[in-house]
Amino acid sequence: MNPLSLYEKLWQAHVVREEPDGTALIYIDRHLVHEVTSPQAFEGLRLARRELWRRDSILATADHNTPTTNQTVIADPVSRLQVSTLDQNCREYHITEFPMGDHRQGIVHVIGPEQGATLPGMTVVCGDSHTSTHGAFAALAMGIGTSEVEHVMATQTLLSRKSKTMLVQVEGSLPRGVTAKDVALAIIGHIGTAGGTGHAIEFAGSAIRGLSMEGRMTLCNMAIEAGARAGMVAVDETTIQYLQGRPFAPHGDQWDAAVAYWRTLHSDEGAHFDRVVKLDASGIEPLVTWGTSPEMVTTVGGCVPDPAAETDPTRREGMERALRYMALQPGMPITDIAIDKVFIGSCTNSRIEDLRAAAAVVRGRKVAANVKLALVVPGSGLVKAEAEAEGLDKVFIEAGFEWRNPGCSMCLGMNDDRLSPGERCASTSNRNFEGRQGAGSRTHLVSPQMAAAAAVVGHFADVRSFLN
Amino acid sequence: MKAFTTLDGLVVPIDRSNVDTDAIIPKQFLKSIRRTGFGPNLFDAWRYLDEGQPEQDNSKRPLNPDFVLNQPRYQGAQVLLARENFGCGSSREHAPWALDDYGIRALVAPSFADIFYNNCFKNGVLPIVLPADVVEGLFRELGGSPGYRLRIDLAAQTVTTPSGATHGFSVDEFRKYCLLNGLDEIGLTLRHADEIRAYEARRAQREPWIFGGAA
Repeated sequence: MNPLSLYEKLWQAHVVREEPDGTALIYIDRHLVHEVTSPQAFEGLRLARRELWRRDSILATADHNTPTTNQTVIADPVSRLQVSTLDQNCREYHITEFPMGDHRQGIVHVIGPEQGATLPGMTVVCGDSHTSTHGAFAALAMGIGTSEVEHVMATQTLLSRKSKTMLVQVEGSLPRGVTAKDVALAIIGHIGTAGGTGHAIEFAGSAIRGLSMEGRMTLCNMAIEAGARAGMVAVDETTIQYLQGRPFAPHGDQWDAAVAYWRTLHSDEGAHFDRVVKLDASGIEPLVTWGTSPEMVTTVGGCVPDPAAETDPTRREGMERALRYMALQPGMPITDIAIDKVFIGSCTNSRIEDLRAAAAVVRGRKVAANVKLALVVPGSGLVKAEAEAEGLDKVFIEAGFEWRNPGCSMCLGMNDDRLSPGERCASTSNRNFEGRQGAGSRTHLVSPQMAAAAAVVGHFADVRSFLN
Repeated sequence: MKAFTTLDGLVVPIDRSNVDTDAIIPKQFLKSIRRTGFGPNLFDAWRYLDEGQPEQDNSKRPLNPDFVLNQPRYQGAQVLLARENFGCGSSREHAPWALDDYGIRALVAPSFADIFYNNCFKNGVLPIVLPADVVEGLFRELGGSPGYRLRIDLAAQTVTTPSGATHGFSVDEFRKYCLLNGLDEIGLTLRHADEIRAYEARRAQREPWIFGGAA
């Protein structure tokens, strides 16, 4: 038999029909829904008088607009209407929703796996580009637009074409102080933000197998920042152990049957990939982005690069524009960059392991005087409760951090958590685009422990010196 | 969906690579529960000198005179000429909604981000990929010729410049068919409802745990 890649196995298992030009209808197993990209889709269904195909495939939550302070009512009327529209739609269509105030509410990409609603072998979609996160469970998970959200609601399928495949193989063990976030940034720095366009990426190798599910989610989450709509990791014991006993995961006999099938969800020996990229884990260092694209990244021990050294004119202009926007000088050491705010959270880095790693650096230390605000925003109500049970909230609060309620928060600032123009942030989120964290905001992407280190010294610092 | 057949349109250049969907339509406008009205906020942070808010009267805001969309020669543009990886980042369909609402019917670039590319087709906006050297040439030609237009023919899959040079582009047959005819994809898919149900029955046999929600 032809050896198949994990992506090809997942693709083949979901093709309902295929057109002569290769356009296929693929079946969607899990549809995650949030308030920002769904109202127009529900409205479209109503206007066309169409039914929802399978309501039990949907899990909904409000996350982008939700306040992280103890407000029970959203102050901004436009945000409030968007969230209440989701609540109403879920009521009308009898969809399972974790609304604001529910102890399970949180970022959609945190609660899906946490509930076992994301399972190996599934197709998972959501009107959100970071849906690639769920590929950590050997699922084919993709972000879609609102028209596609409506298409999935009405037909349980998606019109799609087979992607090319890319294998990113990371061998060896990660040095202390180097996390899945640094691996993700290292890959993006290597292949560029368009490097994965048109591809589904499988992350493999001993360094990936050594990651927890949280780490694998961080990595797959950032696949879209490398241009790949989907990222994925094969099933192993770590995957299976994580899922056992979760509310939406199978139980009893079905669990055993599921596990037997899930164990086949890996690339076969000799499977073909259109592109293979290899990285040595031992050579990866803690990374910090310096520009306005995630590929503009360097090591914490490095310096802001000089655009004059870039030969391609479009790239050079891009670098110059980024440095102007970020107010940085070529040659400046990364550790000389002082910060105004710190954000630990987002669908990239708001899970329990991320909070533990950041707390370990913060413990017994204080947020530096020049840091105006340091936020910790857990990814879900359950992550928050788990962290509080371990006393992590106290560690952060004693150091001078604010301990907030779950949501997307300052990753994109659709709620009140934003940077002011010109402010600079050490952020564990996924995008450092112009204006991403607020108009005129300056974002540097880092791992949770690097963000914690920056918080306590007031500028970027090598977290490895904190861990010795 | 609106059909797209041919277009003879004024071209506006956005001369930077990796233009992300946060730049095309900033986050504050995503709070709307409607599909329309995003045109005045297309490229909001580059286009205006102040910070835009939803449901604001945009006609009273200070314009950034340096931004191309505010320059007289580009008023009424229907074709956007762009660089590599246009539309990267967030999956927000508000980006093609804003382009369409502004009046852009086609985009030409060396490459587009996958989700954005896909979203354009759902809204009657045609994204055209041309080789990097051809796009470079278009940027050069346009720079020196106010009123620069491109003629686009989807059926023939060609882009023709004012000097008569014609460049072919590729597009998936199915997407082309839907766009030429302005077809509703959901309606098309529902013609295969029996096949979807048969597939579901097979999956329910093999992977029953997929169906039924939480225990």
